Amino acid sequence: MKHDLIIKICMGTGGIASGGLDVMHAFRNQLGKKSIKADIKKHCSMHKVGCRGLCAKDVLVDIILNNVKTTYQFIKPYMVERIIEEHFINGNPVLEWVVSEDYHQFHDNQIKVVLSDCGIIDPEEIEAYINAGGYDALRQVMLTMSPGETIETIKKSGLRGRGGAGFPTGLKWEFCSKETSAQKYIICNADEGDPGAFMDRSVIEGNPHAVIEGMIIGAYSIGADNGYVYIRAEYPLAVERLRKALQQARKHKFLGKKILGKEFNFDIKVKLGAGAFVCGEETALIASIEGYRGMPKAKPPFPVYKGLWSKPTVINNVETLANIPYILRNGAEWYASFGTEKSKGTKVFALTGKIRNSGLIEVPMGIPLREIIYDIGGGIENDMAFKAVQTGGPSGGCIPAKLLDIKVDYESLASVGSIVGSGGMVVLDENDCMVNITKFFLQFTQSESCGKCTPCRIGTKRLLEILERISSGNGRDGDIKLLEDLSHDIKATSLCGLGQTAPNPILSTIKYFRDEYEAHIKEKKCPAGVCKDLLSYIILDQFCKGCGACKRVCPAGAISGERKAVHKIDTQTCVKCGACIESCKFKAIRKG
Amino acid sequence: MPNLRIDGISVSAPEGTTILDAAKSADIPIPTLCHHPKLTPYGGCRLCIVDVKGINRPVTSCTTPVTEGMEVSTTNPEIEKLRSTILELLLSDHPNDCMICEKAGDCTLQELAYFYGIRENRFEGERRQYTEKDDNPFIRRNMEKCILCSKCVRICDEIQGVGAIDLTYRGFNAKVSPPFGKDLNCEFCGQCVAVCPTGALTGKMWVTKGRQKDIREVDTVCPYCGCGCSLTLHIRRNRVIRVSSKENTINEGWLCSKGRFGFSFINSPERLKTPLIKEKGKFREASWDEAFDLIVSKLKKIRKKHGPDSIGGLASARCTNEENYLFQKFIRAAVGTNNVDHCARL
Repeated sequence: MKHDLIIKICMGTGGIASGGLDVMHAFRNQLGKKSIKADIKKHCSMHKVGCRGLCAKDVLVDIILNNVKTTYQFIKPYMVERIIEEHFINGNPVLEWVVSEDYHQFHDNQIKVVLSDCGIIDPEEIEAYINAGGYDALRQVMLTMSPGETIETIKKSGLRGRGGAGFPTGLKWEFCSKETSAQKYIICNADEGDPGAFMDRSVIEGNPHAVIEGMIIGAYSIGADNGYVYIRAEYPLAVERLRKALQQARKHKFLGKKILGKEFNFDIKVKLGAGAFVCGEETALIASIEGYRGMPKAKPPFPVYKGLWSKPTVINNVETLANIPYILRNGAEWYASFGTEKSKGTKVFALTGKIRNSGLIEVPMGIPLREIIYDIGGGIENDMAFKAVQTGGPSGGCIPAKLLDIKVDYESLASVGSIVGSGGMVVLDENDCMVNITKFFLQFTQSESCGKCTPCRIGTKRLLEILERISSGNGRDGDIKLLEDLSHDIKATSLCGLGQTAPNPILSTIKYFRDEYEAHIKEKKCPAGVCKDLLSYIILDQFCKGCGACKRVCPAGAISGERKAVHKIDTQTCVKCGACIESCKFKAIRKG
Repeated sequence: MPNLRIDGISVSAPEGTTILDAAKSADIPIPTLCHHPKLTPYGGCRLCIVDVKGINRPVTSCTTPVTEGMEVSTTNPEIEKLRSTILELLLSDHPNDCMICEKAGDCTLQELAYFYGIRENRFEGERRQYTEKDDNPFIRRNMEKCILCSKCVRICDEIQGVGAIDLTYRGFNAKVSPPFGKDLNCEFCGQCVAVCPTGALTGKMWVTKGRQKDIREVDTVCPYCGCGCSLTLHIRRNRVIRVSSKENTINEGWLCSKGRFGFSFINSPERLKTPLIKEKGKFREASWDEAFDLIVSKLKKIRKKHGPDSIGGLASARCTNEENYLFQKFIRAAVGTNNVDHCARL
């Protein structure tokens, strides 16, 4: 049905958190009041859509009026009445609320494959996906291609696992397809756990059917008749949409017995993770599905030979699977035309930290880091100096400013001591202390280690203790060497990827920011002014007017001074919260 | 059968054998804390790492199967350095109170610390602190000494089929525990105690009674039931202070709670040491000769008056096979009846 007016409201987790539901209600109410409601079914349709990437500007609303699309940003319920009045009824968009140039700059520099339908189609309606070409790939595969041909296409596309390790997907499928077993499994790993990463969540929230279609095609290729989506329970919206999508796919006979009339049965179960980061590791994930404690096992045997319930099992990440329908629809050559020689296609990154346009981006592999930061990301917040970007989460490393022109692909990032990983990208500016950032990641890996193997369980704890003493001013000579030595040994001896990569943030920050470590240890200074124990706040006599503002906000009562006389901070009592600096109009307080 | 070389020595081992087992068969020692030949390979302690040509990182020999043409190096400066670091890490979170530890002298961790000469520790830091609890007379758990090798967890699950304990919590706080951190409330077979490589698990009844070096071992058969498990009594100053079982026995070294912990009767003041004869409702001590004479005269009397089938014999499962054989022979041949039975016949 053709609609003259289409309203699309961003209802990913980000959109809802910013008030998307209220905005939707406001549209519904106001449209009713303005007596457009009666016609709503005929001329107007309203849709929830998933994340389109630029979460920083939520709630984003697209209005498509007579085929002209206008996008509004930062929409609150009170704005809805004016939009309806001026835009819908009078035909004049409310220009002051329309997205600015940076919204377009953010999107125009990206190439979207996995995210191409996210933010455009309604994730809760299978028809929306089908109308956009969804399930065409499945039809094409099942009606015209053999499993072997399908695997060949995926191999040719050069798609590599998007979960972090980058293993060629087609090859994995091929290994599993050659196993002779009456029972095989395909598992979608949606246990996205890296701090600051939300690629997989957004894909499932925005386009769950692409993942399902990818899984069905995978199952057909390897000969599996059962699938699992292992998804973290902390993603309730994604779980809800996934379950809804599975129901719809069953109704449309894309899942179940005799799919598309062929002798092929396949269905998917949803298994909720209970919040353990390590369950993203494939053998731990399998243990968790089997009902055991989520603990990794030694490989070999690899899951493609002996996986879930000891049967051949393919485990692919969400983004990997969501790529599959698009590759088959458009051809392996098309997909391989993006990216570099060894890293084909596009990759979704979660761009966060001190960046102006934080959000979800999809870029071709091999794009220079500078383009991501400055063209798509719009540069550093508050025009601060770029210091580094942390990629790959707790398993990754930091890339310093001098390497800003590096290409973002598996090989290039590995060559500088970082990784593509699952796609987290945390941008750091001059106010970030590298020791502190490293400490954060080690706190994370330390508390998420399963405890099975010695180097990870005790080693990461000791690394963290050394970092803690450095950042608290108790660093000792030789601590950098000790960190390096222990990091090396933990990497060499840990059982699974968690321990083997946990020291990466330390090694890469020591490599590029050794001077910061030395300043902490030798001079007992934190150059970025972050590590509290190394800071002291002082009032500069020449600027203090004795207004008393700082004294009033100090929660510790550490500031004394008569009115109109220079104030003093008692460093023993000071809790270094920084409230005084913010309150001082005369910039008379410094930390250092 | 794959042929491989371990430290330059040619070894062939059946398909599926791990490097660790293949090395053992060639008498090449590899240190390990978490491996037990009868339990699923675990790969947790990481001490058994070896270098395999063509693999760019050390692999755990306890989990890696041998392959044709494999070249394994079980020791080299890098591997030994890594093992030493692992031991240092373990000892950095260990009470190191070997002077008063039950397990001293029989502790794999202590032994490895000795062989690797670990005295200083680069990683001194926080140590896990737990208060001991458990209101049971059998198993003492000192979790500060636990190195999380998980042998206890696996034996309880895989051999005993009970699953009373598992790993709980994460990271540095990971701990072997019964559900919800409650007191241990299992069948107290003590299999976990038997496999614990450190002093984390000990039998309450042998605490401070004597360490391994102080004892004399006597092999015997368990008197409790018809299984006839082999026992090894640990004896100090002519008293049984502990019971264990060896791996190469009919019961493969496994015992139940009675066999392992039920030995206090041996030195009990209430234990019967002479036959007792009841006269006028009261027992009095008697000699064996006197007792036998009484039995013989009474049995004869009954047989004469009522016939041999008026007599029946019931033997105890706590007797050995030989004793039970003799007993049925006596009932059949001497008394002359087939009325004989045995409580372990079930």
